[in-house]
Amino acid sequence: MNYLEFEKPLAEIEGKAEELRTMGRTNPGTDVSKEAEALDRKAEVMLKDMYKALTPWQKCQVARHPERPHTRDYIDALFSEYTSLAGDRNFADDHAVMGGIARFQDTPVVVIGQEKGSDTKSRIERNFGMARPEGYRKAIRLMELADRFRLPVITLVDTPGAYPGKGAEERGQAEAIARSTEKCLQIGVPLISVIIGEGGSGGAVAFATANRVAMLEHSVYSVITPEGCASILWKDADKAKDAAEALRLTAQDLQKLGVIDRIVKEPMGGAQRGRKETIEAVGKAIETMLKELSGKKPEGLIKDRRQKFLDMGTKGLAA
Amino acid sequence: MTEGPFRMNWISNYVRPKINSLFSRREVPENLWTKCPECGTMLFHRELADNLNVCSNCEHHMAITPRDRFTKLFDGGIFVEIKVPDVTVDPLQFRDQKKYPDRLKAAQKASGEKEAMLVVTGEVARTPIVAVAQDFSFMAGSMGMYVGNAIIAAAKAAVEMKRPLVLFSAAGGARMQEGILSLMQMPRTTVAVQMLKEAGLPYVVVLTHPTTGGVTASYAMLGDVQIAEPNALICFAGPRVIEQTIREKLPEGFQRAEYLLDHGMLDRVTHRKKMREELVTIVRMLSGQSPAIAGDLPAPALATAAATTAT
Ligand SMILES: [Zn+2]
Repeated sequence: MNYLEFEKPLAEIEGKAEELRTMGRTNPGTDVSKEAEALDRKAEVMLKDMYKALTPWQKCQVARHPERPHTRDYIDALFSEYTSLAGDRNFADDHAVMGGIARFQDTPVVVIGQEKGSDTKSRIERNFGMARPEGYRKAIRLMELADRFRLPVITLVDTPGAYPGKGAEERGQAEAIARSTEKCLQIGVPLISVIIGEGGSGGAVAFATANRVAMLEHSVYSVITPEGCASILWKDADKAKDAAEALRLTAQDLQKLGVIDRIVKEPMGGAQRGRKETIEAVGKAIETMLKELSGKKPEGLIKDRRQKFLDMGTKGLAA
Repeated sequence: MTEGPFRMNWISNYVRPKINSLFSRREVPENLWTKCPECGTMLFHRELADNLNVCSNCEHHMAITPRDRFTKLFDGGIFVEIKVPDVTVDPLQFRDQKKYPDRLKAAQKASGEKEAMLVVTGEVARTPIVAVAQDFSFMAGSMGMYVGNAIIAAAKAAVEMKRPLVLFSAAGGARMQEGILSLMQMPRTTVAVQMLKEAGLPYVVVLTHPTTGGVTASYAMLGDVQIAEPNALICFAGPRVIEQTIREKLPEGFQRAEYLLDHGMLDRVTHRKKMREELVTIVRMLSGQSPAIAGDLPAPALATAAATTAT
């Protein structure tokens, strides 16, 4: 287990329990099980307390945890017959974006998502989940395909943001994002989106302009990273904690603001401590949201989606 | 007057600029001269204003407020403001080093404007249009709920009046103090653009210096025709962020209007002094109207009549 900065006290206790057990194994005469169990219980209570009241900044760290399930894991577990479709037919295939046709339960769907990678090699290959224009253009192409063949679209959002690179800018990063958002608003099929980790700014909204948007309990969705916001408004990147509070980027705040429709609960200690349970919970949420939208006519789906976004933000945070 | 746009209830606040005193509030001695930031030439304020804030020595395009721009754009300097629906002030109760409402008030005081966008309608060379311009001097033109509402109001007015929409963009990006609601303006304003497209109305975007971030990645890149002012910075990620990411120097002129034109991201780069004529030519052709009447025109008769009734 990779411990996060704020989990250090927990790491210490769990480390001690582990040490005791090792000692017990090497000295069969000494019985350490009681002490080890006591430490386990202490760790459990501590974990519960920690995750019951995660601060927005802590949630940012959980959302970025390397062992959190990623798009690839969800596709492997929740979809069958996944057939990836590559390329933007213009320049390249962007590996930061996975996508293709697949079956969700029995229904054929189009699934698209940013993939961050899970080890050094795949992270570099996936560009840490930061798409270039080709990634958005691939998504547009897949959404058009879905629209033509009446397949629901499921997007999985997990990106620090669109890639800020020279080539990406030259090839029209802004235009690609704008067109992807526009395409989301045009398709006459159910479009549902789950923010599974980081919902980074325009790079996220280009996939998440959906009829239904769900968020994992400890995922985040924001106009800018807390670090970026802190360096601009506080002129001090170390104020990221304050910026995370101010930005209201947690699933709980976003639901109050009417920006997302549902929160998917994570197992105790976060998705990284219960990958299978998390994936199953996301699967249930997708199933429910698809059911809510089934039988709706194309015009109705488009109209509802547009109205949802036109109405957004008119209330503010009543807290 | 029995019909026409001037009786619609979302029009408020009739504007009739007194041309000669337009720049009077700047006529304090120390502001009589402006130094061109590019070439250093000292420019006399009246000459600079007549030149649409373009340096007469090096053609550098300085910022121009929406109100000054519209005064020069519309026939006889006459336009009518379109009301933008109110927004919840400080929807997130955002706190950084200053309170957001205090930042807003300071910007309002400095600019004399309510927010970072002005929506108007009027005639340009006898061509009725709806126009909307973003004000970089107001919190860097940043996009929050008000800017979103302004674009939606502009699109609705254009559809209702069957007029083309011309949009002048200028923004440092998102209004961070509105957090996720700022981000949500990307889909919201995209819906506004779709309203225009479905109504078959031309939507012309003029990108001015600088247009960045989520603004570029939404309504500012979705025009039927994309024009930019010379040397305007137009990007998603800013040059500083990119240099930090790729750790190399960017080429000369990177992300400037001419560079984007070369890379196929724009239709045209047009000098501010030619913009009016060009806009009229484009919207008249796209909406099947006859060629425009050339030259400066006095205020339209209809507007004068409306002005009389309004005052
Ligand atoms: Zn100059």
